[in-house]
Amino acid sequence: MEQTIEQIKTSALQELEKASDTESIQALTLKYLGRKGVVTQYLRNISQLPVQARPVAGKAANELKQFLDNSFKQAIETIESGLSLSVDQLDVSLPGRTVYAGSYHPVTQVMHQICDIFARMGFDVAEGPEIETDWYNFEALNFPKNHPARDMQDTFFVTDNMVLRTHTSPLQIRIMEKQQPPVQVIAPGKVFRCDSDLTHTPMFHQVEGLLVDENVSFGDLKGVLTAFVHQMFDEQTSLRFRPSFFPFTEPSAEVDILCVICRGDGCRVCSHTGWLEVLGSGMVHPAVFENVHYDTQKYTGFAFGMGVERIAMLKYRIDDIRKFFENDIRFLHQF
Amino acid sequence: MKVSISWLQDYLPIQMPIDELTEALTMVGLEVETVVDRYHYLDTVLVGKIIDVQPHPNADRLTLCLVDVGRRQVSVVCGAPNVKTDMLAPLALPGTVLPDGNTLKKGTIRGQVSEGMLCSEIELALGSQKSGIMELEQDLRSGAKLAEALNLSDPVIEIDLTPNRPDCASVLGIAREIAAFQQSKINYPVTTITNTGNRIHDLASVKIENPDHCPRYAARLIEGIKVAPSPFWLQERLLSVGQRPINNIVDITNFVMLETGQPLHAFDFDRLAENRIVVRTAHKNETFVSLDEKERHLSDHMLMICDGEKPVAIGGVMGGLNSEIETDSTRVLIESAYFSPTSIRKTAKALGMGTDASYRFERGVDPQGTVKALNRATELMLEIGDGQLVEGLIDEHPAPVQTPTVHLSTAKTNRLLGTDLSRKQIKALLESIELSVSNNGSDELVVEPPSFRVDISRPEDLMEEVARLSGYNNIPPTFPHMAADTHAVTPIIALRQRVKELLTGFGFTETINYSFMDALACDRLSYPNDDQRRQTVAILNPLTEDQTVMRTSLAPGLLETMHRNINQQSRHLKLFEVGKIFVSNAPPKLPDESEIVAGCWSGKRFDGAWHSKESECDFYDLKGAVEGLLRGLHIQKAEFTALPAEACAYTKEGCSAKIMIGEQNLGILGEINPGTMRAFNLKQNVFFFEIDLQRLAEAVPTAIYYTAIPKFPATTRDATIIVDEKIEAARLFKNVKIIDEELVEDLYLFDVFMGEPVPVGKKSVSFRITYRSSKTTLEDETVNVLHKKLIDALIAEFNATLPSD
Repeated sequence: MEQTIEQIKTSALQELEKASDTESIQALTLKYLGRKGVVTQYLRNISQLPVQARPVAGKAANELKQFLDNSFKQAIETIESGLSLSVDQLDVSLPGRTVYAGSYHPVTQVMHQICDIFARMGFDVAEGPEIETDWYNFEALNFPKNHPARDMQDTFFVTDNMVLRTHTSPLQIRIMEKQQPPVQVIAPGKVFRCDSDLTHTPMFHQVEGLLVDENVSFGDLKGVLTAFVHQMFDEQTSLRFRPSFFPFTEPSAEVDILCVICRGDGCRVCSHTGWLEVLGSGMVHPAVFENVHYDTQKYTGFAFGMGVERIAMLKYRIDDIRKFFENDIRFLHQF
Repeated sequence: MKVSISWLQDYLPIQMPIDELTEALTMVGLEVETVVDRYHYLDTVLVGKIIDVQPHPNADRLTLCLVDVGRRQVSVVCGAPNVKTDMLAPLALPGTVLPDGNTLKKGTIRGQVSEGMLCSEIELALGSQKSGIMELEQDLRSGAKLAEALNLSDPVIEIDLTPNRPDCASVLGIAREIAAFQQSKINYPVTTITNTGNRIHDLASVKIENPDHCPRYAARLIEGIKVAPSPFWLQERLLSVGQRPINNIVDITNFVMLETGQPLHAFDFDRLAENRIVVRTAHKNETFVSLDEKERHLSDHMLMICDGEKPVAIGGVMGGLNSEIETDSTRVLIESAYFSPTSIRKTAKALGMGTDASYRFERGVDPQGTVKALNRATELMLEIGDGQLVEGLIDEHPAPVQTPTVHLSTAKTNRLLGTDLSRKQIKALLESIELSVSNNGSDELVVEPPSFRVDISRPEDLMEEVARLSGYNNIPPTFPHMAADTHAVTPIIALRQRVKELLTGFGFTETINYSFMDALACDRLSYPNDDQRRQTVAILNPLTEDQTVMRTSLAPGLLETMHRNINQQSRHLKLFEVGKIFVSNAPPKLPDESEIVAGCWSGKRFDGAWHSKESECDFYDLKGAVEGLLRGLHIQKAEFTALPAEACAYTKEGCSAKIMIGEQNLGILGEINPGTMRAFNLKQNVFFFEIDLQRLAEAVPTAIYYTAIPKFPATTRDATIIVDEKIEAARLFKNVKIIDEELVEDLYLFDVFMGEPVPVGKKSVSFRITYRSSKTTLEDETVNVLHKKLIDALIAEFNATLPSD
């Protein structure tokens, strides 16, 4: 025996250290473990050793064979997987293997945010059909047939008596038909109006709110919406309630918030008024309660509705509502 | 509704600056949209000093003037006789829009360049002088803006009226609101005309055949009228709110409508056949030429004003050519009526005509204001048109409109508003807008709203008045008592959210596409003729061609979005959407709405980089995502089976799968076929899935119970068998599980191979079976026996062979 097991191991590992590509490692494998390899020869020559030394040497040689086999294989794997640099010399500036995160549509994100705020206050969440009968979309909400109030919303018709809902307010009726007070619910969803420009798309999203109980007041409406706006924007965003008209509420109020861009100084976004209209609201009209057979002497309530895109536009400073539905991924990936 | 400050000042002094006034109007519910100075058209009209006047070489009556406008001098051709050197006159520069609607341009008049126009009073609507240019005072500075030099300013406020306030579709109505918050009084115009005499009844008559359409019709007759342009003050009033003067008679009817809110109409009495008025609904197939010279086809619900023979006006909407006032008219019948709001609205809608009159009638004019407005117009015509009144008044009033009496409780008012107002305060607020209020008992007020407040009939209507007059912003914000027994989140809402979480986690980007689609989308997706996805819900009044029906699949929207993005060079796309599709039912039943989650993947599987080469995505990438989605939802029993060729609409045969849970079809998964790719202009492979969210919800386990983690080790065995290439891997798997479900824990497929040395038409399938017992450590021998049993069973079942055979 010219070499001991230890010597073979040392020289093999030294050579492996120097081998930088797959071919040279394969050559090493052949040199040491091949049919005429060093280790193989050693094993063949064991019979020339004294009898008592043979088992130990045999075991050691077999272990070496196994060890080298593993070492060579690992070295090849390392090279093939591209990580030929040794562990203490990584180029940490190389980019990592990309894991993509998808993204929620900005409308979804803002809708979630709105719903979360109200859910934490104790509002339930309800949903309903996007194609509605005239009754739910208009009549039950105190928009009589042939009334100019219907002009307030440009309606898509399916038949004379069926429309794409123009607001989420039909949910007020659907909920109250099923449930006695107390009612405290929000209803997010898609709505449709035939209008298209920088600030209008034929489809958009609203969140409706309804709270009915004994002794609900206009002051309560103001409190809830003020809390909402302060959470959605910030505590410095003051509100202004302004008389308006919706057939299904009385008194009705438009809610303006202090312009989130100029903070009241006047800018293009707020048309130099310092205020932005973001919500419609009011006390539920007694005619609506009569339509769902609620006791108007006992119960009062308030309702409100807001456009999700409108709020998203203010939050993200988007100047064209149509961007939401073009779904350009360079837009979507910003949120 | 537009109103100028100067016009308002005819009835009350305006005490506040314009900014405060518009703010105050907005805060009582009359939202001010814009404020524009009525003289803004004078922005490009300057004070010019004429420094030289020469005769025009090619025209006797024209002169060439050199006009100094401060920093420069301008050459102007002028035709006025009074032009002279050193005179100061208004010079309109090119671009000026004159009150008559014409835009001034730089021009050449008979060979001479004219860079502006020296204007007369009438051309600038600053007076009635029309002969000669307007001579300005000598102390004005040349080059100054004319409006500033003459101190001309009259802000015009445009108010976006809500439909409940027709009373404010008048200058007096807005004045009334201002008077309330300014706490001042209104000087209403006074008429002295009396109703004595009956001569009118000898000359004219009015017959109302449909009192439900026309509850009231009043008329007066004036003779000897001289039709002429209106005096300056009247023209100016109309111009200030953007109405063009026509002649004194028409102008007066318009003026009184704007002042009072009551639309009026003037007929040439001598053109009314039989000198009488018949108010009736139209005959079927009747036609009529309205003032705008258009022929109108009438229906039998439309109210017409007729003479003894024929229609002469569409009641409450527009007059007719056949009875309009002309320059030689001498006898005028003035109509002042109350028409039913519904009737007028239906007619105006059906004819597609919206006029100043129909706007007011359909919202409701003052039913008691009919004669007042008539008298106002009559007096103005006598005065301005130089006419004589035919004694007497026609006032047909077959169906008087009742005004309600409303009882208002102080306590309930405060309860609804969250206020603490005294009865006295409430009374004062209501009286400030001319409501008549008296006390009743200790709590109640009895209110008689004036007839022009057609929107008030319930206590809540009055509460709103109280709230807006005392100021919404003076009501303190409070918090309602919130009930704690709220309802659980609807499963579908929770599921939708989880699906979005998983898909965004897998790197998909959420899109929201329009719920509409092109009616041709069904063909583009090659739906079979009897496919229910062809039962689209059509929109009667679509905005655009590609949005004519509601979508029956999310595919068109997603594929179009893909195409748009690819056009923008975003080639590598992983998109999804969750939204509804709509399948039509026979009306009146509402369409079926089902919520779908759909996604698509196209382009690269992952980006190429220094550590790995890029590669294109394929069917199994998207299938992996769908499997991941199902796994994330704890759905274990889903199976993917080949979608038969006849069931493939827009996906490729042989590359499409059904996603099944037992017998329930959740949706499909596949590669978009070449026909659909062409139809949507796509040039790179797209893999697409869609799943019904409701069915998915049904497949989600309602509860999850813990399974004990195994105590005993597992043992694995590999196997390779050769089977017919048509045998789906899933079938082999299923069989293994059927044979011994107890000890087979998992089955993992690690290789499928076709080609040499595997015979043609066959494939080799290699898999690893994990064996584990929950009761004991399995002995090698036990596993070997079981493994052989399984392999033998597979060989028998699928006519398989082993590789060495």
